[in-house]
Amino acid sequence: MATTFTKIASVSVGVLGSSTISFTSIPSTYTDLCLKVSARTDAAGIGDYLYMSLNGNTSNNSYKQLQGSGSAASSSGGSGATNNTGVSTADGATATASTFGNAEIYIPNYAGSNAKSASGDGVSENNATAARADLWAYLNSGTSAITSISLAPGNGINFVQYTTAVLYGIKNS
Amino acid sequence: MTTPTAIEVNCATGEVIERPLTAEEITQREADAAAAATAQAEEDAKAAQDAVAKDALLTKLGITADEAKLLLA
Repeated sequence: MATTFTKIASVSVGVLGSSTISFTSIPSTYTDLCLKVSARTDAAGIGDYLYMSLNGNTSNNSYKQLQGSGSAASSSGGSGATNNTGVSTADGATATASTFGNAEIYIPNYAGSNAKSASGDGVSENNATAARADLWAYLNSGTSAITSISLAPGNGINFVQYTTAVLYGIKNS
Repeated sequence: MTTPTAIEVNCATGEVIERPLTAEEITQREADAAAAATAQAEEDAKAAQDAVAKDALLTKLGITADEAKLLLA
């Protein structure tokens, strides 16, 4: 059970947008990590994925996803054939203007020597029938302590202005 | 076209660096985007296929979706 929740770092995307958001030199002094992300991308559509890579790993990622779209439910899973693997959800370019998706990514035991798991939940905000709610399970088989985390849009190229990400460290004692 | 950028936050120093993506990173981003688009298209197709199959089954059974919910409750 978490007993402390400390902000490590935060970032807000500027007017030019950004293709990736990375946290580097993450200290190993916490038990778990938690990312809170408010994101919108330039992807066509109401929603987009948040992709994540740990320590710049280029493979060994896999995921399971449950998704509700407002009219149907679906599930998917797979291995990351590319650098990143989905871990949560963001708004896309055609979601209601000035809205942002909400996402939380929790990474337990990030400084340990076992494979790294993460859970993600996220919703796309949209003032219409169609919207997305997702739950994700994420695994990276790397055994090194996590010192860097990188986020990128799934379908889009850029996060748009005012996308924010906050990294928290959690101690269990 | 504007070169995509990356934002890096150094958690030890608090320094925030905004830099252009390297050619390798741009290639990776494009590959990721293509893979994500494929995955989303597959999910959408599966959801549409399931919806059609559900409607066909309800028609075959001669019941409504609400009646099917009652049966399964």
